[in-house]
Amino acid sequence: MKMLEDFGKGTTALIEYAGGVTMLGGETVGFIARARIRLTETLNQAYFLGFQSLIIVLLTSLFTGMVFSLESAQQAVQYGVGNLVGGAVAYTSVRELGPMLSAVVVAGRVGAAICAEIGSMVVTEQIEALQSLGLAPARFLVVPRLLALIIMLPLLTIFADVVSIVGGMWIAQTYAHINPDSFLSSARQTVGFEDVVKGLFKSVIFAIIIVLVGAYQGLGTRGGAAGVGQSTTGAVVISIILIFISNFIMSYMLFGVGH
Amino acid sequence: MSNIIAKLDNVTMRYGDKVILQNCSLDVVEGAITCIIGLSGAGKSTILRLLNGLRKPDEGHVYVKGVDICHMPETKLINFRSAIGFAFQFAALFDSMTIGENVSLPLREHSKMSEEEIEKTARATLESVGLEQTFNSMPSELSGGMIKRAGFARAVVTNPDIVLYDEPTTGLDPIVTHLLTDTIKRLRAQLNGTAVVISHDLQSIYMMADYIGMIFEGAIIAYGTVDELKKSMNPIVQQFLQGSEVGPIPL
Repeated sequence: MKMLEDFGKGTTALIEYAGGVTMLGGETVGFIARARIRLTETLNQAYFLGFQSLIIVLLTSLFTGMVFSLESAQQAVQYGVGNLVGGAVAYTSVRELGPMLSAVVVAGRVGAAICAEIGSMVVTEQIEALQSLGLAPARFLVVPRLLALIIMLPLLTIFADVVSIVGGMWIAQTYAHINPDSFLSSARQTVGFEDVVKGLFKSVIFAIIIVLVGAYQGLGTRGGAAGVGQSTTGAVVISIILIFISNFIMSYMLFGVGH
Repeated sequence: MSNIIAKLDNVTMRYGDKVILQNCSLDVVEGAITCIIGLSGAGKSTILRLLNGLRKPDEGHVYVKGVDICHMPETKLINFRSAIGFAFQFAALFDSMTIGENVSLPLREHSKMSEEEIEKTARATLESVGLEQTFNSMPSELSGGMIKRAGFARAVVTNPDIVLYDEPTTGLDPIVTHLLTDTIKRLRAQLNGTAVVISHDLQSIYMMADYIGMIFEGAIIAYGTVDELKKSMNPIVQQFLQGSEVGPIPL
């Protein structure tokens, strides 16, 4: 009986959470549709959320591309298909690893920062101050961050794709003696423009998840510093889980059977 | 007969299972300073938040300028709130903005003033609270008393009809407390408006209050001028005003 009750409570909480995030998203989109945008703040956020995440995204992607190449190149050469390594690395980077790894890294850095900042504003009454000044937190805080990340995450993903392929190419040449021209030629033959666009589309969805979950968690912060910590941990964990789930769904729909 | 600019009408408010206000009624007289006193956790700050629609009561009605704001949708309430200033207990200044930007923000968002006019008005408002030199400072560079005064400036910069002050003198030394009390009186007179002040500081309240309401166990149990409250026969009021441990208030 207790188990059933807990299940019921959990389900209700999940539905409430999904509803809350959706409503925040709806309110935010409403402001964007009415062009109620703070341009300077959006640009500041683009710098903060995007540019300052560049190094960590590049490093993560570089080493992922390198390790993928390291694992696959020697095996491929052994089986006489070394000319396909470039394609395999590019294919995986552009369609899956580039968008997803960038999003996971950004969720850890940016999602946490958004949540912690908004959460701190809640506990120091700054959110109530905004409301009492007749300003909607969604317009004031969420809109600039959402627009900034929708622009910056796909850009970061492009950099991640490139660096991952370059890293893979270097390792393939160093350890499996695969010619860079052959590597790049294989990559070009395997990955089309459509793949890049679909990968970037994924990034846009991930950006929406990261900002809305971070902001919603932040706005729901209760208590003091401990509350901010809990919200921030929650924001990162929930964002990453949603990124993985949505990545599977999008991969199935974009690249699945019949594509 | 004094005009009533805001009113709580039989308001009941709960946080979870805890009842904060129970059939609480309060009249806020136009053009006066109404102070609300009571024990910590008695629901004083909740009253302020009800008056500007940040909280909605579970039962009862809240009228501001004749309008019942309880059923007002959030979109309308957002605009409505710009006519009510709110000075928060810890000022709640936006710490990523300078003092000037904090004070300018409501004007920038709600008026059609040019940037020059906005800066001029913000500087004049800061001057009226004695902070003209802090326009370009960050909140972290100011003392506690200065931060509170900057919060006052942001609350009054749009010339609101009502200004709500949440514990404006808490945690400050007697000199700054006197200064802030004086500032509240002066701002009210300058705006020709209404002020509602939550405070524990009886000296400060005696200095500024036109009316005092005492809240106890979720309801206003005494209301009147300073003299009327001082002469109240209610033992709860007397115990609170005397700060005595002996009396009907459970410790």
